[in-house]
Amino acid sequence: MSSNRIMTVSRAMSEAIAQEMRADPNVFVMGEDVGAYGGIFGATSGLLGEFGESRVRDTPISETAFIGAGVGAAMAGMRPIVELMFVDFFGVCMDAIYNLAAKNVYFSGGNCKVPMVIMTGTGGGYSDAGQHSQTLHATFAHLPGLKVVAPSNAYDAKGLMTTAIRDDGPVMFMFHKGLQGLAWMASPEGAATELPEESYVLPFGQAKIVRPGKDVTIVAISMMVHHAMEAAKALEKEGVDAEVIDLRTLVPLDRKTVIQSVKKTGRLIVVDEDYKSYGLTSEIIASVVEENPAYLKSPPRRLAVPDVPIPYSRPMEQYILPDAVDIAAAVRATLGKKAA
Amino acid sequence: MPSKSQFLWMYETMEKARYYEDTIAVAYMEGKQPKFDIGAGPLPGEMHLAAGQEPCAAGVCVHLRADDTVTATHRPHHAAIAKGVDLKKMTAEIFGKKTGLAGGRGGHMHLLDPAVNFACSGIIAQGAGPAVGAALAAKLRGTDAVAVSYVGDGAANQGGFHEALNLASLWKLPVIFVIEDNSWGISVPKAKSTAIKDNSLRAAGYAMPGFHIADNDTLKLFDVAGEAVARARTGGGPTLIEVETYRYYGHFQGDPETYRPKGEVAALKAKDPIARFRKTMIETKVATAAEADAALARAKAEVDEAFAFARAAAYPAPEEALAHVFA
Repeated sequence: MSSNRIMTVSRAMSEAIAQEMRADPNVFVMGEDVGAYGGIFGATSGLLGEFGESRVRDTPISETAFIGAGVGAAMAGMRPIVELMFVDFFGVCMDAIYNLAAKNVYFSGGNCKVPMVIMTGTGGGYSDAGQHSQTLHATFAHLPGLKVVAPSNAYDAKGLMTTAIRDDGPVMFMFHKGLQGLAWMASPEGAATELPEESYVLPFGQAKIVRPGKDVTIVAISMMVHHAMEAAKALEKEGVDAEVIDLRTLVPLDRKTVIQSVKKTGRLIVVDEDYKSYGLTSEIIASVVEENPAYLKSPPRRLAVPDVPIPYSRPMEQYILPDAVDIAAAVRATLGKKAA
Repeated sequence: MPSKSQFLWMYETMEKARYYEDTIAVAYMEGKQPKFDIGAGPLPGEMHLAAGQEPCAAGVCVHLRADDTVTATHRPHHAAIAKGVDLKKMTAEIFGKKTGLAGGRGGHMHLLDPAVNFACSGIIAQGAGPAVGAALAAKLRGTDAVAVSYVGDGAANQGGFHEALNLASLWKLPVIFVIEDNSWGISVPKAKSTAIKDNSLRAAGYAMPGFHIADNDTLKLFDVAGEAVARARTGGGPTLIEVETYRYYGHFQGDPETYRPKGEVAALKAKDPIARFRKTMIETKVATAAEADAALARAKAEVDEAFAFARAAAYPAPEEALAHVFA
């Protein structure tokens, strides 16, 4: 059944959660300001009214305790969805994440499940400075045992959230604040999408070619997909046909779709809002080069935050965050073209 | 009781902090109307204002020197002002200007001024450990400097806070932990986040004195903090002080505050701590109304000057973002 409902990412997330909560009494939500507030970024909006305080639990600001409790509840057979509002705050409770949530399946030889979703806001661009603007995709993708999801739009967010809740292991659901469709933060046009009313799942590890093209492959995730699409539009006017790939999940990572694309285009740009070194961009490039460096007609390029904390002041923040202009310039450089 | 100069200093400091926050509240909305966009205007990003919490800053910092350390929360302006952070540089920082404390890199939640040993953190309770470290440094060097760590009532449930209390007491360090209990952790009321009514009781668990200051009372806090600072300076170890304080604005500017009971702020404003303090100061003949007015005028002029300085300053060049990652 199709519908004409255009919904924001935050509504898509809360709808997926509500549907899973109706279907399975083991699903519950806890975290900071998830109740009356509905989540600072709207991801639990409306849930308290329908499910009550027993299943939509505001927690104290005690991340070590409530992330650890999420692990314990999941191992006891529940399916907790735990929100910790900013990914920048995860250092406080990292042990519960990378030594408990991520490893207990392994430590039990697969005999134990940890069906837990940890959701958090990522990204900058609105001058919230270095402790509230990081993206940190790679930090979690680097740790074995965690699946990592980062949708770019509402349709994907709903399907991926449903998949995350039904997954028997811990899933990091990393949503970009600037894509949520909040009343108080600008959001790109493509983030809110048509949304089916019925429940559906999107498999992890399947990237999506959001714009087919033949000249160059641009690999992106989350907010950067929108910048990549804008760049592709600008490049189209210059006669460049860019293929844009939305990875959608970092773990598992769909290397195959990327490699197939580069095989076709021969050129690769990878863009991420996370720090540049040791990150997603190098992982993607390494994956292609390991397969066959001859696929590339020119050196691949990566665009990411240049290994500095996210600055507060706008001119500096805009300078370090990759945008459509940067992506288009990288594509031109890769193709050996002059700026338009 | 405070001396006349202490009285007037606390009054002027509180008025300065209040006027500072009210001025920011207006400036913050510039460029954000008609449609509120948190990233727009001369003051983008989140803004957490401390109007109503001024006693916590003035009543403690009146006892401090420049070589004492203060670590504040993500709601730091009142404490920064009371500790003597350069107001022009601080304001320029909040405007994201080149002449700011960090050249615009840190912004309002990350004010650092080594000249007066002031720091804050945007992450809850994360100032407690560094305050313990500053106190340890003073002890190792044999100075009588002290450290003050401000946390909110929400942060009093954090592991980092409790670990810091234990360490400070174990090593008998000169730290004063001040809980600014404004009864809200963003949208969650204290009653729904904290298992005990008074966080000051927790001091017993760490073998240190604990005090509860009711109703934002500047003078009671002055007394208790004075004793705590004196105890710390003379090797008596840490103290925990909990102050029942008020949060007039939302958690952040633009917070719709749908969770907050109607009339709460009006009821708090009816017993405003600065107005009460001024009344006491004049009624007890510590200072005249004219002296108080002069202090208020000085405070406002200083704030206005800082804002004018910040507005007139230039933005940093974009590529300055790359500087100062390493020492």
